[in-house]
Amino acid sequence: MKITRRQMLVLLPAAAIAWEHVMAGTPEAAPNYTMSEHWWSMLIDIPKCIGCGNCVRACKEENDVPDGFFRTWVERYHVEDEDMTNPTVISPDGGKEGFPPVEKEDEGKYFFVPKLCNHCADSPCTQVCPVGATFVTPDGVVLVDQKYCLGCAYCVQACPYGCRYIHPQKEVADKCTLCYHRITKGLTTACCEACPTGARQLVDLKNPNDPIHEFLRTHAVQILKPQMATGAKVYYNGLDGSVR
Amino acid sequence: MGVFKDAGHLFRFLAIFVFLFIAFWVIRGFVVPKSFGKYGHYRAASIDEIAAHPLHFAGHEACETCHVDVANVKKDGKHAHVNCEACHGALQKHAEDPASLTPTKPDTATLCVRCHEYSAARPKNFPQVHAAEHSTGLPCETCHQPHSPAMTSGGAK
Repeated sequence: MKITRRQMLVLLPAAAIAWEHVMAGTPEAAPNYTMSEHWWSMLIDIPKCIGCGNCVRACKEENDVPDGFFRTWVERYHVEDEDMTNPTVISPDGGKEGFPPVEKEDEGKYFFVPKLCNHCADSPCTQVCPVGATFVTPDGVVLVDQKYCLGCAYCVQACPYGCRYIHPQKEVADKCTLCYHRITKGLTTACCEACPTGARQLVDLKNPNDPIHEFLRTHAVQILKPQMATGAKVYYNGLDGSVR
Repeated sequence: MGVFKDAGHLFRFLAIFVFLFIAFWVIRGFVVPKSFGKYGHYRAASIDEIAAHPLHFAGHEACETCHVDVANVKKDGKHAHVNCEACHGALQKHAEDPASLTPTKPDTATLCVRCHEYSAARPKNFPQVHAAEHSTGLPCETCHQPHSPAMTSGGAK
C-alpha cells in the first residue's frame, strides 16, 4: 500500500482537527473572582478556643458531612507536667457537642486544638492520586474532584494529618474544601463564621491588607508537622509543643 | 525513484502507525474532559463545580442589612464579635426569602452554657460560670440580654 498525495492531504487536516479538539478548554466560569489573586489559608488562635464545637457543627451543616466523619474537629489535650511528650487527647464525636468536664483539674494543663485540612502547598495527598482527582487549586486550596475519584483511598493514607475520609455513601474521597463555595463569593468559611471567639480566621496571604501579615510578624506561630515539609498553611498561634 | 522499489512493506507499516496515532488522539479528544490539564493534572471544571455548592450560612453582613436594630445593640456589647449564626444557626434560606423560614429562638438554657459553663480546659480569661450555682435555675436572659450580655445594673460584665 502506498499513501498517495491525496490520502496525505486528507489525513493531515484530520489529525489537525483532532489535535485542536484535544487542546481546546472550557472558559473559566467565575466572573468576579480571579484565582491568581488569592492564596488561602487559616489562622487558629489556640488561646482563644473554648472548645464549644460550633465550628464542627457549622461545617457539618454547611457541607453535609456524614455522621461520624469530620472535615474539621476539635481535640482536647491534657499534658501533665512530668510527661510533656505523652499528652492525653480526646475528641468525643469530633468535639461536636462539646467536651466532658476535666477529670484532674489540678494536674498539668488542658487546652483545645481545632484541626482541619492544612491545605498544604506541597501536599502528599495530591501527589499520590493515580487519576488526577485531587489537586491544589491556583488559589491554594486542596480539593477533590468527586466525579473523577475512584475511592482508592491512597490520599486518605497519605495525609499526615488524618484530614481525609472515604464518604460512606458517595464512596469517594472527601475533605475540607475551605468552604471554596463561600470564599469565592467573598464570604468567610462556615467554621469561621460560627466561631464565637475568633479563634479561627480565614486568611488570604496574597491580600496585602490582610491582618495576617502583621500577626505573623508579631506572634510565635507554628504549623503542624513542619518536619514533613508539606507546606502546611494552617497557622497555629500559641500551639503547645506536645501537639502532634 | 529506484530507492522506493520493494519498499512497500515500510509504507504499509508507516500507514498503520499514522492511523493508530490519529486514532489515539481522536479517542483521547473525546474521552479526556476538555478542561483537564488547564491548570495541572486535573479537571479544571471541577473547581467551578465545587464553587457552585449551595450556601447554608448567610454570613453576618446579610443579617445586618435588615436587622440593623440588633446589630446596633450588639456592636457595643461583649458579643460584638460573635456572629449572628454562631447562636441562631445557618439561615441562608431566611436571608434569601425571609418569609420562607422563620428562625426559632435559641433556648438559652442549652445555648449559653455551651460556651460559658466552667471548664478547666477553657482559657482562664474567658468568662465562665458554674451554671447551676450561678443562676439557681433561672433562665440566663432574666439578667443578661444575649445580644449585649453585660448586666444593666452594673453587675457582671
